[in-house]
Amino acid sequence: MVMRDKVYATMDEAVADIPDGSTVMCPGFSGVGVPRNLLAAVNRQGARELTCISNNAGTTDELVDVGTLVEAGQVKKMICAFTAPTHPSVISPFVRMYNEGLVDAELVPQGTLAERIRIAAAGIGGFYTPTSVGTELAEGKEHRVINGRTYVLEYPLPADYALIRAWKADRFGNLQFRLAQRNFNPIMAMAATITIVEVENDVVEIGELDPDQVHVSGIYVDRIVKIPEDGIWDGAKPGL
Amino acid sequence: MDLESLAEKERLPREIIAMRVAKELPDGGYVNLGIGIPTLVSSFVPEGRTVFYHSESGILNCGPLAEEDAEDIDLINAGGQFLEAVPGMSFFDSAQAFAMIRGGHVAVTVLGAHQVSANGDLANWMLPQRGVGNVGGAMDLAAGASGVIVAMEHTDRQNNPKIVEECTFPVTGQGCVYLIVTDLAVIERTPNGLLLKEVAPGWTPQEVQALTGARLTVAEDVREFEL
Repeated sequence: MVMRDKVYATMDEAVADIPDGSTVMCPGFSGVGVPRNLLAAVNRQGARELTCISNNAGTTDELVDVGTLVEAGQVKKMICAFTAPTHPSVISPFVRMYNEGLVDAELVPQGTLAERIRIAAAGIGGFYTPTSVGTELAEGKEHRVINGRTYVLEYPLPADYALIRAWKADRFGNLQFRLAQRNFNPIMAMAATITIVEVENDVVEIGELDPDQVHVSGIYVDRIVKIPEDGIWDGAKPGL
Repeated sequence: MDLESLAEKERLPREIIAMRVAKELPDGGYVNLGIGIPTLVSSFVPEGRTVFYHSESGILNCGPLAEEDAEDIDLINAGGQFLEAVPGMSFFDSAQAFAMIRGGHVAVTVLGAHQVSANGDLANWMLPQRGVGNVGGAMDLAAGASGVIVAMEHTDRQNNPKIVEECTFPVTGQGCVYLIVTDLAVIERTPNGLLLKEVAPGWTPQEVQALTGARLTVAEDVREFEL
């Protein structure tokens, strides 16, 4: 098999070309499956005016996540399901900056967010969902009654780049995830023009991953970087 | 009716609300529990009944919370709590997690609420003073084909009714609530409005009505909370 080498030596090289104004997908759920090493590299790289698509707008813990880019002033807009910490007394950098008019937001129900990403990956032009009917998030959207039930039209949500955290990968870019690490990772990996993956285990040769156990096909994956020993590990151990 | 004396009167604890909701979970059912009182429901499933828990984090058949020294960084529920790994668990991405909800594969959803209206509208995702808000998966759960059981306190901290004729807070979904269990009452939504079926010990239907912002019809066989 002859192919371009997808394996990059460092996180910084893998994100070097992300220009200002890009739309970037950042997966993760409650801190699980967050591409922290790639986000740290984008933070170092300094791209600005980014639109970030993520389940949340960043947490208040010390760890690098999409909130790190928000706090650094690199993000002009967040598209997400959670904008704030769940407890009202906790003010995240995003909330503070939104209140000061420094960052914009589009709030999307979590299932609608996931499906908009999925259809972007699948080349579908839109879908009708009952989610948000009768709420302020459905205002201004096309409504349609199908078999007696009211639905709203939602459009695909593609991105220029997806930053992905995977458990295992081979050189072709076939990916495996571990436990709840999957969350938004597979659909975001599929929906972006350029998909960049940080991998917890050594990138293995083609044929070494069981083809029956591949969660994301390498067709969607462009760049792969092994997380270095001194990278951000989340407590997960290599080889788990 | 003296509302101030009702404010002082003893109400049921959160655990009893959860215990009453647990009776509604069908044997072998797939269940999604929201945060707050709904989370407590899993501790009170009646003996001999098996329930399978779904989590928006991409898990079916969630086990109990993990012991402190046995936490796995990649294994969390929708509230971000670490779970114990149990046989029969399965994992999937967010699109599938929500297909299970919207497609009606999850049989029962239990959520907390800021307000519930007489026609079953649910308001639980945002208080008007709180900026952009946190919608999370609430609107998807409300739109799920199976409907919602609400588990909540009957009034807010200022003793204002949370069951109202029409929601004044931003709604999460329309006509999605079919049962309300509070620290004072069990109320069913019927085509003819809200039906008061059970009251907390020591409370009369009239007292419950006094703390409710929508008209209640008292069931002919209204009784004390049945656990």
